Amino acid sequence: MTHLLPLALKSAWNRRYTLGLTLIAIALSVTLLLGIERVRQDARDSFAQAVSGTDLVVGARSSPLQLLLYAVFRIGEASNNIGWDSAQALVAHPAVAWTIPLSLGDSHRSFPVLGTTPAYFEHFLYGDKQALKLAQGKRFVGLFDVVLGAEVAERLGYHLGDKITLAHGISEDGPEHGDKPFSVVGILARTGTPVDRTLHIGLEALEAIHLDWQGGAPIPGFAIPPELVKKFNLTPKSVTAVLVGLNTRAGVFAMQRYVANYRDEPLMAVLPGVALSQLWEMMAIAERALLAISALVVVVSFAGLVAVVLAGLGERRRELAILRANGARPRDLLTLLALEGGAVTLAGALVGLMLLTLLTAVLGPWLEAQYGLLLKLALPSVEELRLLGWVVLVGTLASLLPGYRAYRLSLADGLTPRV
Amino acid sequence: MPQPVLSLENLLFRWPDQAAACLDIADFQVAADEQVFIHGESGSGKSTLLNLIAGVLTPQRGNIAALGQPLSALSAAARDRFRVDHIGLIFQQFNLIPYLSVLDNVLLPCRFSARRSQRAGDPKTAAATLLQHLDLDASLWRRPATQLSVGQQQRVAAARALIGQPEIVIADEPTSALDAARQTAFLDLLRRECAAANAALLFVSHDLRLAEGFGRRVEMGQINRATTA
Ligand SMILES: Nc1ncnc2c1ncn2[C@@H]1O[C@H](COP(=O)(O)OP(=O)(O)OP(=O)(O)O)[C@@H](O)[C@H]1O
Ligand SMILES: [Mg+2]
Repeated sequence: MTHLLPLALKSAWNRRYTLGLTLIAIALSVTLLLGIERVRQDARDSFAQAVSGTDLVVGARSSPLQLLLYAVFRIGEASNNIGWDSAQALVAHPAVAWTIPLSLGDSHRSFPVLGTTPAYFEHFLYGDKQALKLAQGKRFVGLFDVVLGAEVAERLGYHLGDKITLAHGISEDGPEHGDKPFSVVGILARTGTPVDRTLHIGLEALEAIHLDWQGGAPIPGFAIPPELVKKFNLTPKSVTAVLVGLNTRAGVFAMQRYVANYRDEPLMAVLPGVALSQLWEMMAIAERALLAISALVVVVSFAGLVAVVLAGLGERRRELAILRANGARPRDLLTLLALEGGAVTLAGALVGLMLLTLLTAVLGPWLEAQYGLLLKLALPSVEELRLLGWVVLVGTLASLLPGYRAYRLSLADGLTPRV
Repeated sequence: MPQPVLSLENLLFRWPDQAAACLDIADFQVAADEQVFIHGESGSGKSTLLNLIAGVLTPQRGNIAALGQPLSALSAAARDRFRVDHIGLIFQQFNLIPYLSVLDNVLLPCRFSARRSQRAGDPKTAAATLLQHLDLDASLWRRPATQLSVGQQQRVAAARALIGQPEIVIADEPTSALDAARQTAFLDLLRRECAAANAALLFVSHDLRLAEGFGRRVEMGQINRATTA
């Protein structure tokens, strides 16, 4: 084996262009396979990290998943709002320790704007029950103060004291609330959750910028300048959802029932964990399909490898006969070819891994900005290594095929190849 | 006669897909240090005979013993080992592995055979000495084999056949691709080096003009009772 290795390497180097192409095919397929696996893992992780310590998410009755996705992840369709009275009723409930009202709908340069209360900074937890921290500045105090998520500030290059205007709706080219600029008073530390991509303002501010609006557009001929808005009642009429923390976790189902039976309007309370596992279940099929497809792509690249090595055998009959004449046993030749295929596969797998790392580094920020998908630049996980192991194993096994052919040829040819 | 390095007895070989026997040899022996010129026309079974002696083919009947060792007593893998340990081979052409350097080509048997490697002493030095003896300039040694002329390639093949002092050197028309002047020069070198290494030489050719200088000349028709086309 050890005396064959340098031979295998030199022989492979001799055919580096064809083998190189196959290697690239394998590398790309491995990148795809691992990429899908990594996106899957990281998506789960970042979803699971996004909210913790919240016992219930309360919103208008719809699909629990839709509510969770919209309220916590700012993904998908807006759900109906719930009345401010209902939100207040939750606050008053004896089992409730705290509430965080959330009001979504506006945006700034396609980053979502969240209207909330200072309770958000107090009670909102993510990851392993970590609280939000301000990297710079302070929470919003004044009416037109805004606190930026880390990603927003970094992406758009904002600093404390900068003035920004919000857009109505979530599309980039929505009408602007241009007459009421906000000033950046705080920037949150990075969390790796949707918080990073969010701009936080007070509920009253959200109310204030919509005072002179109706049906998604400014009311013509009616403008209220920022100095005057304080004269109006800025109590919100509705919010998108309310995050609820209970005094004891044990009360969660009773509370859920209370919300479900709330008489004034149809409400729903969702346990984040339950909704998430519902999400996993839904995604599992798609995940498996994706994984199967990428596995298929890997197999196709192996078929390419086998074809290339097999096709090369014709030209290599002479080489095999020479090796044979100089002491190589037929099974050495089998080993030689299997070694070659195995090495190309291994190299392909490693290049694939490197490519994935490179892509993660280059595309990661874009993916995070566009899809809120946080791809970690990390050493391969056990799961990924196992996949890689399978790839190399299957590649080596596939290479036994040309190896066996070489074995047969060398037996038939003896020392004088018929070419 | 001392113990022959090679002895064939009562040998019969027929290619599987053919009706008639290709080789039928009652008795053929080669003594140590002997240099034998085997002559026969094309298709007379010379290459087949060499494959049998090298243990790649097995006869349907009869015995081949090399250095007193009956080849039939060895497994296929053991015959492969035995071949590289004791026999150096040179072919008509395309002897060298294109992706290996001249030096690595010469060292090939030492890679597969501990015995050859050990008998060579330091294989690299032995290879260098042989290459020098065969008039191959040191500037060529690191080059890939394909950059050599055919004549040079055949000399490299001879160096490879001789490294580690195998007891038997078998050459299957190694000069047919060379011009007349180079043929004799190559043959002289080969015979001289075989003699220096105390190796028996079996030289096969259909060209009788090359027989000059060989101690013994054998006609395929003399030893082979089968009549092949
Ligand atoms: N692999 C094979 N399978 C079947 N028959 C073969 C095979 N190799 C050779 N033969 C037959 O055996 C006979 C002897 O062939 P061989 O190659 O030994 O001749 P040769 O004397 O070496 O000829 P040349 O001088 O042309 O090299 C021929 O009739 C050939 O057809
Ligand atoms: Mg021949």
